[in-house]
Amino acid sequence: MNVVRHRLFWPVAMLVALLLSNLFFTPDFFSIEVRDGHLFGSLIDILRQGAPLMLVALGMTLVIATSGIDLSVGAVVAISGAMACQQIAGLDDQGAVGGVLVAVALALALSAGLGAWNGFLVSVVGIQPIIATLILMVAGRGVAQVITDGQIVNVNSPPYKTIAAGFLFGIPVPVIIAAGVVALVAVVIRRSAFGMLLESVGGNAGASRLAGIRSRRLIIIAYVVCAVCAGVAGLMVSSTVSSADGNNNGLLIELDAILAVVIGGTSLLGGRFSIAGTVIGALLIKTLDTTVYTIGIPPEVALLFKAVVVVILCLVQSPAFRAKFARRQPAEVTA
Amino acid sequence: MSEPLLVMRGIGKRFPGVVALDGVDLRLYPGEVHALMGENGAGKSTLIKVLTGAYHHDQGEITLGGESVAFAGPHQAQQAGISTVYQEINLCPNLSVAENVLIGRAPTRFGRIRWSAVRRRAEELLDRLHLKIDVGSDLGTHSIAVQQMVAIARALDVDAKVLVLDEPTSSLDASEVDQLFGVMRGLKEEGIAILFVTHFLDQVYEIADRMTVLRNGRRVGEYRTADLSQLDLVGAMIGKELAALEDIEEAPRREVAALERGTPVVSADGLGRNGAIAPFSLAIHKGEVVGLAGLLGSGRTEVARLLFGADHADQGKIAVDGEPVALRGPQSAMRQKIAYCPENRRTDGLVEELTVRENIILALQADRGWARPVPRTRQDELVARYVKALDIRPADPEIPVRNLSGGNQQKVLLARWLITEPKLMILDEPTRGIDVGAKAEIQKLVVELSDGGMAVLFISAELEEVLRLSHKVAVLRDRKLVAELDNTDGLDTDRVMAAIASGGVA
Repeated sequence: MNVVRHRLFWPVAMLVALLLSNLFFTPDFFSIEVRDGHLFGSLIDILRQGAPLMLVALGMTLVIATSGIDLSVGAVVAISGAMACQQIAGLDDQGAVGGVLVAVALALALSAGLGAWNGFLVSVVGIQPIIATLILMVAGRGVAQVITDGQIVNVNSPPYKTIAAGFLFGIPVPVIIAAGVVALVAVVIRRSAFGMLLESVGGNAGASRLAGIRSRRLIIIAYVVCAVCAGVAGLMVSSTVSSADGNNNGLLIELDAILAVVIGGTSLLGGRFSIAGTVIGALLIKTLDTTVYTIGIPPEVALLFKAVVVVILCLVQSPAFRAKFARRQPAEVTA
Repeated sequence: MSEPLLVMRGIGKRFPGVVALDGVDLRLYPGEVHALMGENGAGKSTLIKVLTGAYHHDQGEITLGGESVAFAGPHQAQQAGISTVYQEINLCPNLSVAENVLIGRAPTRFGRIRWSAVRRRAEELLDRLHLKIDVGSDLGTHSIAVQQMVAIARALDVDAKVLVLDEPTSSLDASEVDQLFGVMRGLKEEGIAILFVTHFLDQVYEIADRMTVLRNGRRVGEYRTADLSQLDLVGAMIGKELAALEDIEEAPRREVAALERGTPVVSADGLGRNGAIAPFSLAIHKGEVVGLAGLLGSGRTEVARLLFGADHADQGKIAVDGEPVALRGPQSAMRQKIAYCPENRRTDGLVEELTVRENIILALQADRGWARPVPRTRQDELVARYVKALDIRPADPEIPVRNLSGGNQQKVLLARWLITEPKLMILDEPTRGIDVGAKAEIQKLVVELSDGGMAVLFISAELEEVLRLSHKVAVLRDRKLVAELDNTDGLDTDRVMAAIASGGVA
């Protein structure tokens, strides 16, 4: 019984159910083969394609824990990609590793700056998070256009391509990056007191202030981490297609990220958060996307199908809904 | 007596790890005031929440007017005629008084709210409580006492047969309590059954006809008020002889003159904030307990907040150990080893979803910053020590603090500040809304702390308590510090009240 009561039981169960349903339609869905020393297979594809969402959702988790929200992550994805691609396009030798690293560093620094801006608006100026980040959500696409002069910038840089398409020890590079960032953030947060103080601020801002917590600094850090995560995701997205499209890169990823966080059991009201839950949420969303293709759902009803699955998941996760069914069962005997 | 209006029989309710109620019976007759008594954690709040449909009970049955009922939620209970005013006011401070009274059942015409009718109805209801305020004003601009009255008016609006008052008097002053009791007697005449929860024993004997006593989730018994002495009641509630309160009285009190030698730990000189508190000067010495007396809204909390830097003083100076300091916020007060347990522990004190351990460690951790975590072994050791020392129950540091009763929550808050080893501890109403046993424990703790050299600023609406603990009493009136009285043998509640009444001229 305790397994069923675990916070993450239903998201994990749903994820497994979706994967199994794929197996039904595609018998070799679970097979992973090694080609040229690299891993290939549907499961690997889900991980690889899910990497950007996982990163964005990871950052979003921290922001939501402060009882905030960051709508601008999609725009940051576009800006980061635009910055990196524009920089690489200007290199004499697009294949130079040093030049690409500089471009990546610039893109991430710019992302961090944008996150600091969001954090400043929320914690110092005191604008409500949804409005404060809406500013950058709208303006950010414009910033990306300005960086690229309104063009879609194409690059032909093998080192940059590696970010999305490379392999290390047979594992796709984006999967390694995402796993590394998730592990790093998780360890830093739970080993330091950052996580607890963040939950305190999100749970009760007034009491946290009277307990002497300097919430301003914590909130700014949360938005900066969120934007940097989005920046890394932006590098992956633009690297996948070797081009930066200010209008379309990372479009609506903020909504998928928020959904992943919520599926993972973190309340939008802030406070307690679960990074493991967010990872599962992000994987679930990507698996859902994949499932739509493998079981051959027509594109015109694909979104509807996604919506139905999400609604079912929300219902089974809702204690109130489950209680309606639990009541019909005989009272359970506890020791 | 006639048939009981409401019968709860064998009610059982368990939470993860806690049996909150175990086979509890309760009978309410029409036209009576029935007191529900018990220590914190005895199950009073849980029983009320079961009655009002906020919780679903695991065992037992409830009959109302002879018919078995099961409420799926507070709304259904209200429909059936059970209205509640909770201890912590559940109203919206950003809405007007009239909206708060009638929210959710405002009279409408063609789907539109008839605002004139809303205002009229709200005025009528408040009239019944003899409360004259502008019903168009925002609720948040009124004192807690007035907000409490508004909550009662809201409860009366529905056609109530049973009115549950959960600690309605804990934030009211004496005249407001009288006013409330007048209202309660009126409602009794009308045949309403009132379930009254309070920690003030005197009030129980003044207003209640009968009472039910709970202890540790079980019913101890049902008594007529006239048949049970106060001493027996206290014995029934805590299940043992209570000598703790008397101990404090007998302990020799140190002389103010001896304490006030040397540099004060904290001294305020002309400290004030426009609109909150007029400039005041106050010195608190090592090992000294300074009591703040005054009516509700006289500026007690405002003094505390200025001394903690929670609000910014716009004039005057503060010195710690003789050195002038600037308190830019709570964290700079903490650096000066000043601690503050706020009056409203639920909104200003605790983070309810965090665990007992996390709440206790919070201030210490905030002081160290996020990058230097208190090592887990040290946390566990500190928390275990204070859970034991303050007898926090249940003694499981890993459950959310929300699951604890009021008195135990207060102890968690105290523990949070004690581990920061403050030089000055500011306690704002630390015993409000908690039971006799926990109250005695906290009072004893204050004495121990001051014996150990800690300076304490003790704020309480109960003058007896202030007098029992303080070496010096500062009297506030109309947001001004009007008198400073040494607590010698000659000082009693009458003289303090005289100082409050006369503005210190006496």
